[in-house]
Amino acid sequence: MLTLSLILIPLIAGVITLLTKNNSAKQLALIGAAIELVLAVVIYAQFQPTAAQQFSFSYPWIQSAGISFAGGIDGISILLVMLTAFLTPLIVLSTFRQPYKNASTFYALILFMQAALMGVFTATDAFLFYLFFEAALIPVYFLAAVWGGEDRIKVTFKFFVYTIFGSLFMLVALVYLYYQTSSAQGHTSEISAFYKLALDAQKQGWIFWAFFIAFAIKMPVFPFHTWQPDTYTESPTPATMLLAGIMLKMGVYGVIRFVLPIVPLGLQTWGTTAIILSVIGIVYGSIIAIQQRDMKRLIAYSSFAHVGLMSAGVFSQTLSGVQGALIQMLAHGINVVGLFFIIEIIFSRTKTRNIEQLGGITQRTPHLTVYFMILMLGSVALPLTNGFVGEFLLLRGVYESNIWLGAIAGTTIILGAVYMLRLFQKSMFGAKSAFTEHFADLSFSERAVLVPLVIMVFWMGLYPNSFLKLTEPAVSNLLQMIHY
Amino acid sequence: MLPIILLSILGLLVLFLGFQKSKNILLPATLLVLVLTLIANFANWNDAPSLYFKGMLFENKLTMAFSGIVLISALLISALTRGFIDDEAAQPAEYYAIMLFSLVGAIIMIGYENLLMLFVGVEILSVSMYVLTGSDKRNLRSNEAALKYLLMGSFATGIMLFGMALLYGATGSFSLAALKSYVLTNPSPSVMMYVGLLMLLIGMLFKVSAAPFHFWTPDVYDGAPTVFTAFMSTIVKTAGFAAIYRLLSGSFSGAYTFWWSTLAGITVLTLLAGNITAVYQNSFKRMMAYSSISHAGYLLLSLTALSSQSQDAIVFYSLAYSLATISAFGVLMIVSKETGVRSNEVSESFNAFNGLGKKNPLLAFVLTVSMLSLAGIPLTAGFWGKFFVFSSVVERGLTWILIVAVLMSAVGIYYYFRAVIAAYMREGEGNAIKVPQFYRLVLIVTTIITLFFGLLPDLLKGLV
Repeated sequence: MLTLSLILIPLIAGVITLLTKNNSAKQLALIGAAIELVLAVVIYAQFQPTAAQQFSFSYPWIQSAGISFAGGIDGISILLVMLTAFLTPLIVLSTFRQPYKNASTFYALILFMQAALMGVFTATDAFLFYLFFEAALIPVYFLAAVWGGEDRIKVTFKFFVYTIFGSLFMLVALVYLYYQTSSAQGHTSEISAFYKLALDAQKQGWIFWAFFIAFAIKMPVFPFHTWQPDTYTESPTPATMLLAGIMLKMGVYGVIRFVLPIVPLGLQTWGTTAIILSVIGIVYGSIIAIQQRDMKRLIAYSSFAHVGLMSAGVFSQTLSGVQGALIQMLAHGINVVGLFFIIEIIFSRTKTRNIEQLGGITQRTPHLTVYFMILMLGSVALPLTNGFVGEFLLLRGVYESNIWLGAIAGTTIILGAVYMLRLFQKSMFGAKSAFTEHFADLSFSERAVLVPLVIMVFWMGLYPNSFLKLTEPAVSNLLQMIHY
Repeated sequence: MLPIILLSILGLLVLFLGFQKSKNILLPATLLVLVLTLIANFANWNDAPSLYFKGMLFENKLTMAFSGIVLISALLISALTRGFIDDEAAQPAEYYAIMLFSLVGAIIMIGYENLLMLFVGVEILSVSMYVLTGSDKRNLRSNEAALKYLLMGSFATGIMLFGMALLYGATGSFSLAALKSYVLTNPSPSVMMYVGLLMLLIGMLFKVSAAPFHFWTPDVYDGAPTVFTAFMSTIVKTAGFAAIYRLLSGSFSGAYTFWWSTLAGITVLTLLAGNITAVYQNSFKRMMAYSSISHAGYLLLSLTALSSQSQDAIVFYSLAYSLATISAFGVLMIVSKETGVRSNEVSESFNAFNGLGKKNPLLAFVLTVSMLSLAGIPLTAGFWGKFFVFSSVVERGLTWILIVAVLMSAVGIYYYFRAVIAAYMREGEGNAIKVPQFYRLVLIVTTIITLFFGLLPDLLKGLV
């Protein structure tokens, strides 16, 4: 029941927001997201790491096709559920100083997005997962395409067609797997039933690619990333936060949930290819990020590089790789939302995102500098910050799987430090420019967003075990299924 | 049986109502006829399958379901004709009567048990369509479309008739049951039967505009008055597919190994031709013509598979497609009329929708839902239509065609979303658009049903 409420609360809050007047929409949305957060904290408190699916619900839905409306939370989904519940109120709060036209629709879409994301992370029925996977796309598409920048229509259209194209392949794979299952009542689409299928290697190879294309486009993994930098740059910042902070995790989550346990033989054949593509993404994304002038674009490429490492870790099929990916998803979500928010703060005051035109902001607002520095250091994975734990585990996972690829992936630490420190230095230090001459200090609502993020950076960095212990039993369980 | 009789007699009455000076009575009368027929159609839903008219026609749940889809589509489309009576020079009585008569043809096509009845049904429907296509008498394009449709259509009918004759020559009967027993008892049937079947299929595939017999479709759909375009793209298609399905599953399922490869080739061609050409259209109406070709492709896909899922898939898909198409054409009619008032030139291009989200949020929403449904995005009826079709294909194991279909679905999203983008993201000229009360009701109904079946497809599936 609790899990079902996780999906329903944002949905209902979204409908209410849609029906209210524009000027009270943001408060309502914030209340809805806050209730959701409270619920998630309750779930977090009651969660048993060693048990399998918890807080489950299951209702028959389309019986003729064996589809049920079923969900639950296990060690693999718990962190992502927490991440979604934690970030959404902050994303809503981050818009408080920025007026958006048609505010009630705008905030309703954010809440619908949250409902769909919760659905993706909790669904235990494969077709339900697919429905939410697609449904999540529609609100964020409209957020980006209606409220975005100048080039928004073309860019978001590419994003939309690209991602739907990918997920259609997943649909075919799911329908195929569905027909392979057999039970007393005919076929079933429970994900756990898919785990028991033992298909031959060739079929697994095909299904591996069907899934891989869907998830690789979502993450994105090289060479399917071409939609990503433009979409992140052109979207309004809240939509970018949703995309980078939560939505790209759908891809990584999908790989852990579907690819690892269902097609182990396919993975045996093609896993290294997938890791190579991911590692190319890491290096390629980082090198391009170093050359960016637009701050939003820079973070977009850094996000591409980071998710490459997560994907490489997952495809390594090692305990530390998958564990690292789960913890890094949480850390990256927190850091990237924080960084995009800081860019938005700077942009709203200076009307520019070009780092060549900025500089000297520190002299005006030391507070912002501190927050920025903490989030930036988290992103470059300095020890004692949240990025370090995940990145360390991920690199270890890749290294265990293949030493050379591990070494190349390790360059992310150096390259990441280069582009992040360059961003920080060029914008915050140096001489003041015409743009940064007048720079107001942080407002209360801005601090209210940044403080929780910074707390999380330290909490995860200093005591990662409070998160790792939630996921470890589930992950080792999953990996046992692969290494028969 | 009752629906056919009702439509014929009451259709004549509607024709005579034209003598009345008041045109306002025509639409309510037509709607009343359709509602009565709809009730009559479903009145004996629970009866056992039966033959009537001396074994010439057949009735079971499947035929009733298809007839129901056809009648509901006709009801909704007739309700959208409201604004067109205002035209002083129009002769609406004939058009309403012809619409009703054409439905007789459609129902016969759905319920035929004898190839002769199939021919009669096809001809009644086709001849009505030729007339309706040309009903905008002073419009050159409407005339051109009607002539083109007539010439091409007659040619196809000829081929179809030829096929029937050959089938008769091979089997000695026109009845579906006799054809079936011939196929089952003769392991190596005569070549005449194969040729006959192919020619019959070609004739029928022409009517549902499958490639490579689709070249008439864009011009005819584009030239015909929009309301009749909606009529053609829903009713003719549903009846046509019902007829082909009954032929193939009822009589020729035993010869599957023979015809499936031909049909598979046509399916792939139809999917490619419909979807890829639709991308290049600037006119929304023309895009919808190509989209109707592409949807014929998905329906054919399910026919090609002919698995246990196919029947449900075809019924569901036809309904989902019809509803979404009616919504789309309904919105187009209002919007293009408004552009005509504004700039003296009726625009049916994508640009006509520019700024619709501001000018009339309801219309924009209806358009969006219908486009999402046609594109097969989840939580609309269209998604489940595609889902069931894909399931039926996977069950048969024809994965390679499925890959083509999936790629083409992705292409479909591209052109359907152009309308949505125009509605919400482009700035338009002109003021708010007013929608007549009655019209609004129809659009809301189609949209709600589309969303409803998007959430609960199970209610319909398994009924038949």
